[in-house]
Amino acid sequence: MVTSVIPGRQRETRDSVVIRFAGDSGDGMQVTGSQFTLETALAGSDFSTFPDFPAEIRAPTGTTFGVSAFQIHFGGRDVMTPGDAVDVLVAMNPAALTVEIEDLKVGGTVIVDTAAFTDRNLSKAGYAKNPLEDDTLARFQVLKFDITKLTADAVKPHGLSSREAHLCRNMWSLGLLLWMYGYERTASVEWLKKKFAKKPVIAEANVAALNAGHAFGETAEMTEHLVGYVVPKADVEPGRYRTVTGTEGLAWGLVAGLRAAGIEKLVFAGYPITPASALLHTLANLRAYGVVTFQAEDEIAAAGAALGASYAGALGVTSSSGPGIALKTEMIGLAIATELPLIVIDSQRAGPSTGMPTKAEQSDLFQAVLGRNADAPLAVLAPVSTADCFDIAIEAVRIATKYMTPVMVLSDGYLAHAAEPWRIPREADLPRFPVTYRTDPEGFHPFLRDPATLARPWVKPGTPSLEHRIGGLERDYDSGHISYDADNHARMTKARADKIAGIANDIPLQTAALGNDKGKLAVVGWGSTFGAIHRAVQIARDEGRDVSHIHVRYLSPFPRNLGELLKRFERVLVPEMNNGQLVKLLRAEYLVPAESLPKVTGKPFRVTEIAQAIRKMV
Amino acid sequence: MTVTTITDAQLAPKDYASDQEVRWCPGCGDYAILKAVQKACADMGLVRERTVFVSGIGCAARFPYYMSTYGFHTVHGRAPAIATGIKLANPELDVWVMTGDGDGLSIGGNHMLHVLRRNVNLNIILFNNEIYGLTKGQYSPTSRRGTRSPSTPLGSIENPVSACAFALGAGARFVARSIDTLQAHLITVLKRAHAHTGASFVEILQNCVVFNDAVFEHITGKEVAADAQILVEHGKPLVFGKNKEKGLRLKPGKLELEVAPTGPDTLLHDETNRPLAQLLAALEPPFPTAMGVLYCNPTESYEHDVYAQKGAAQGNGDLDALLSSERTWEVGP
Repeated sequence: MVTSVIPGRQRETRDSVVIRFAGDSGDGMQVTGSQFTLETALAGSDFSTFPDFPAEIRAPTGTTFGVSAFQIHFGGRDVMTPGDAVDVLVAMNPAALTVEIEDLKVGGTVIVDTAAFTDRNLSKAGYAKNPLEDDTLARFQVLKFDITKLTADAVKPHGLSSREAHLCRNMWSLGLLLWMYGYERTASVEWLKKKFAKKPVIAEANVAALNAGHAFGETAEMTEHLVGYVVPKADVEPGRYRTVTGTEGLAWGLVAGLRAAGIEKLVFAGYPITPASALLHTLANLRAYGVVTFQAEDEIAAAGAALGASYAGALGVTSSSGPGIALKTEMIGLAIATELPLIVIDSQRAGPSTGMPTKAEQSDLFQAVLGRNADAPLAVLAPVSTADCFDIAIEAVRIATKYMTPVMVLSDGYLAHAAEPWRIPREADLPRFPVTYRTDPEGFHPFLRDPATLARPWVKPGTPSLEHRIGGLERDYDSGHISYDADNHARMTKARADKIAGIANDIPLQTAALGNDKGKLAVVGWGSTFGAIHRAVQIARDEGRDVSHIHVRYLSPFPRNLGELLKRFERVLVPEMNNGQLVKLLRAEYLVPAESLPKVTGKPFRVTEIAQAIRKMV
Repeated sequence: MTVTTITDAQLAPKDYASDQEVRWCPGCGDYAILKAVQKACADMGLVRERTVFVSGIGCAARFPYYMSTYGFHTVHGRAPAIATGIKLANPELDVWVMTGDGDGLSIGGNHMLHVLRRNVNLNIILFNNEIYGLTKGQYSPTSRRGTRSPSTPLGSIENPVSACAFALGAGARFVARSIDTLQAHLITVLKRAHAHTGASFVEILQNCVVFNDAVFEHITGKEVAADAQILVEHGKPLVFGKNKEKGLRLKPGKLELEVAPTGPDTLLHDETNRPLAQLLAALEPPFPTAMGVLYCNPTESYEHDVYAQKGAAQGNGDLDALLSSERTWEVGP
């Protein structure tokens, strides 16, 4: 919060800051946010982002449902989430102001483009009167600039149309914000020149707008609240870093996993669905890494093609969001019955049914663990951050190929789009787990199990003398032939269950991410809520409370010590972005009195929400 | 379909049979189809380990269990999708999809449409018995209006789909029809289908002895066959009847076929002519039912084009370079 103006324009220091850029879906807010993120990263700060865009591709301009926002939390320490409350809101029009202002801290700064506050725009946003002219914003520091005119002046020498000039407003704002935090513009200039390589005039104009915004901060007639800040660098492990989204992490992790397993090809089959399509797009560009992508006619065909590819000896991967995963369910059952590797990535979104496609939720846990006909266990993993998406994808490949099983990876719409800094691993340091295809006909049958893993052999069609038939019909334990024998079915059902349960012996023991391994309260989470839970537990511990954070990456099977660990706590709290799913699995599995902290608003947890819940318990 | 160049001329039809007991109803037309496929395999010298039979669900879908090749009995209607995945992973495999009228045209109709339009290099063999056999006799999408079944006690009020017309409409580039009882004809058609590059679609009229017995008797019956079937051959006149005395010609001034005594205006079959194939596929009584290769006009297969695209699935890309693409920054110790 700005409390004073320091003479001589010295910069104030802030440990961390939350900025939200908000405007029309055509105002380029995502681009502005991404470029600010990159400059933040290059300056050495830690960060966490939250892009929040509408479902409509181009909603009518000026409307509240067309508001697109990008939030970034950056700073030297404790940046574990995109931030609860906003320090600085950039609102490009009245609709953005009315939608986003509720998240601005009291005393926070709001930057507005006064030219956008026309009667027409005010009315579309539902304002009876102009909020810039009454006391609506009295609790905040309001910086009113005619960004439209300032941008138009800056780009004038480049001869743009007024519409083209208008589209440069976001760069002016970016320039101002970069000045506010003392960041460079080099990467943004580079990006603009690359993006508009074929339209050099547009590139120049955008650069001019960017520079003008920056210069405005540097030289403008001092307004009382326009202050420059310094945000410290993060104290992180030395190494080479980049930004990574969950989608990139998953795509690259799959490629790394393919290599680790020594498999020649990865066949990725998908069907367009929000927010999972980005993975198909990313992998479609990785042909040089052994990836074949296939846009199937529907979700079922996508799962089928992936399974067919695995049957033929490639790594079959399919991906979707909740409703699409539901369609793939029968095929996943076939993968379980025929014991073939298959990776299924679920970018969860709010539901049921179509629900809220662009809003994140963690409500497919039951679907992943339990949602099939009959006794049909498989492995379920959940990445805890965008960076972890890379590692979890590799782990999914390892488990799928070693245990000949489908593996479901539960990402979500938030992880898919959010970006964080990532220490780039070197290929030489990545794990290796080469697969062995069966070629020896001696004593072969297709369901002959490895005594240690209970996995059946993987045979590539094309291998001489190993011709065999598999399918969805129950098969004999000892020969692999079709069998309707009662005892055999019981034996096979148990074998399938034991195989998945046995994975628990091949994954790390569960540890507390923060705090002791016993005590008054364990806060247990999974998936993308890691940051919010971690920070809340940190705050509560700083307040002297006996609380630990346990985050479960392996959801089926659970780590073999999880029950014992939970039982060492007096109480267990399970915050989840669903109506209480992990909490029920934990209660069912371990008979622990776990309590639920559900959140189903389509928005990630705030740290304060979890911290408050902890305070009520310990 | 295929790209197979290695053959195994040493094998007899029985070598393509698995050790499993065949469990179709006694008298089922599927036995004849199994026999024809095994004979065609032997004639073509197919290499067993490079051959994969994929099926969905239904009586026809039991087929892979009875072959000594690789086989995958999958889920209802989805065999084309799984077969597509197999071909994407390994285009060198010789893949057959064995399906039925319910599996291929009802629950799996969508996949059939897309596998045909994509032109995946597969042999798709559709056993059409106009009934759901394995679920005990409900009407199917190819059942004629009025078909009485447990689910249509008053007779079906739905219009049937013509398998071959559907395939042509979907963009199939090889469409043929045969009959379970026409053993020699069926074997020839299967071999033609196999030789075709791209998706080959073969409809086999197959008698379900239990739930729909003699449903094709008006086409296949000894007394009527000569007049009720027209065996089409590329470049040959479209004639039928006991003495080939009847021919098909274009009705003057209309885009329609009509039956007339064989003469100079009798059409020659041109299997590369799609409109003609569509007319032939649609023929139904009182016209003769067209048998043989109705359409054959090959082009490159889907998986060929997938791998022909630039940079296709090489697998040797530099992973470190990928992970370091775009902006990176160093954090010193």
